[in-house]
Amino acid sequence: MSAGNGAAVQDPPVKPVKGRGPTFVTRFLESRHLGWAGLAVGLLAPFIIATPYAMDVMTSAVVFVMLAVGLNIVVGYCGLLDLGYAAFFAVGAYTSGVLSTELKLPLLATIPAVIVVTVLAGVIIGGPTLRLRSDYLAIVTLGFGEIIRITANNLSITGGPSGIYGIPGLFGDASSDPVVFYYAVLLIVAVAVLMAARLGRSRIGRAWRFVREDEDAAEAMGINTYKVKLAAYIAGAVWGGLAGVLFAAQLSAISPASFTFLQSALVLMAVVLGGMGSTPGVVLGAIVISLLPEMLRGLADYRFFAFGVLLIIVMIARPQGLWPHRSRER
Amino acid sequence: MLEVSDLEVSYGGVQALRGMSLTVGEGEIVALLGNNGAGKTTTLSAVSGLVRPGAGRIAYEGDDITREAPPKIVGRGLVHVPEGRRIFSTLTVHENLLLGGYLVRDAKELAGRVDRAYTLLPKLAERRTQHGGTLSGGEQQMLAIGRALVAGPRLLMLDEPSMGLAPLIVAAVMDVIRDINQAGTAVLLVEQNAKAALKIAHRGYVIENGRCVLDGPALPL
Repeated sequence: MSAGNGAAVQDPPVKPVKGRGPTFVTRFLESRHLGWAGLAVGLLAPFIIATPYAMDVMTSAVVFVMLAVGLNIVVGYCGLLDLGYAAFFAVGAYTSGVLSTELKLPLLATIPAVIVVTVLAGVIIGGPTLRLRSDYLAIVTLGFGEIIRITANNLSITGGPSGIYGIPGLFGDASSDPVVFYYAVLLIVAVAVLMAARLGRSRIGRAWRFVREDEDAAEAMGINTYKVKLAAYIAGAVWGGLAGVLFAAQLSAISPASFTFLQSALVLMAVVLGGMGSTPGVVLGAIVISLLPEMLRGLADYRFFAFGVLLIIVMIARPQGLWPHRSRER
Repeated sequence: MLEVSDLEVSYGGVQALRGMSLTVGEGEIVALLGNNGAGKTTTLSAVSGLVRPGAGRIAYEGDDITREAPPKIVGRGLVHVPEGRRIFSTLTVHENLLLGGYLVRDAKELAGRVDRAYTLLPKLAERRTQHGGTLSGGEQQMLAIGRALVAGPRLLMLDEPSMGLAPLIVAAVMDVIRDINQAGTAVLLVEQNAKAALKIAHRGYVIENGRCVLDGPALPL
């Protein structure tokens, strides 16, 4: 990343390195109203189009935002390359799916169990692997993602290849209306995005950035890098697991085919495309990645080809992402 | 204050330290001199817990810290400024300084320490919102030192602060180190630039092949 351009510099005594000063637009984009504006867009969307198909696509996009924000904690804030993030998504979806169908628990009641199980999963995978440096971590997480999927494919409690079906909605049957369900998911994800952004600005968030930039220097300055990385990994696991619960509620049926490497890769793509470490960027990236293939449906068989070409163009034109992170502390 | 005795460290099969010993007293500047590969950096890394010694003992203020974890050692006030500065180039100067105070939980105390670093290194105050990577080499070194100061060192360990700097800047860095020392912080200074280091040091050690071959007051060295 290069030095901030004009928009990052506001104190009078410091001259901008290059570029324009803050305009109304850039000031708005850096302000705290931005999150509210984003939420308003989400709230108003069903007033524009509310066909069941559109609601389904929008709900999926919002769940995907949650996944991307969770992975952003791991990859964006802390710089740990995780290629198996769908594993946590699967762990969350299956935990709530199994508990709600076998024990007849309401879906919301499975959330504490999902949190416990995903934290455990985070510790089990992160514990040994976070002692490794990034490349090895990527390989191990890739393997782990496959292990979870193959395990779900072969266990009888997870329904094998056909998966689990008949998962109740978020509030029992009351949420069968897709618009109500969309709003419920939107509010939950909004809270999750806000919490992730706050984590990024907290003391531990600062430590994550230091570890990402230079692990050795961070350690020399007294940061317990292992603990800090594990914390990022566990936080990412919990976000992914909760997204899994929403996913299970939306589809009411889950199967191993939903948690492939492609899913991990798409989430990672949303983070990188949007701008690693930048909350608005990652939200935007997730929306683009999930809506673009739907919008390109008119191209029929060429849709994923066009999708790929567009992604390549974005990465060439904006290598730091659509909306890169800027330092706020000054 | 710091007592290193008979330290041995190896990387894989290569032995970097073979019975290294040195002491740093309260309020002293001690220079650690030697050629490339003599074991200077390894000595500092072992003291700050970044590498594990195979044998020997490191005592700090009477406590054995040979096998302590780096965060604990920093918490004791033993702070290491790594070689090549290692500042965070994509973070602002201010954020870099805040990292030094990572172990300080009290926000007021942290702000006070950052302000003191700015007072001692006024150049940094001017560059407060700039990214670390846009600073000159000398300023980056000052930033690395400032960051360590925020950690509240009682003994500051500097690894080659003169590396890659123009002679005039080296002199400025050495002046800053002397100022820090006069404010009551002991300094262990690793240098290849023996002349510059011995100008401000009270005592010095010369190491070769992982052990000390010469030691004494700075002037005769």
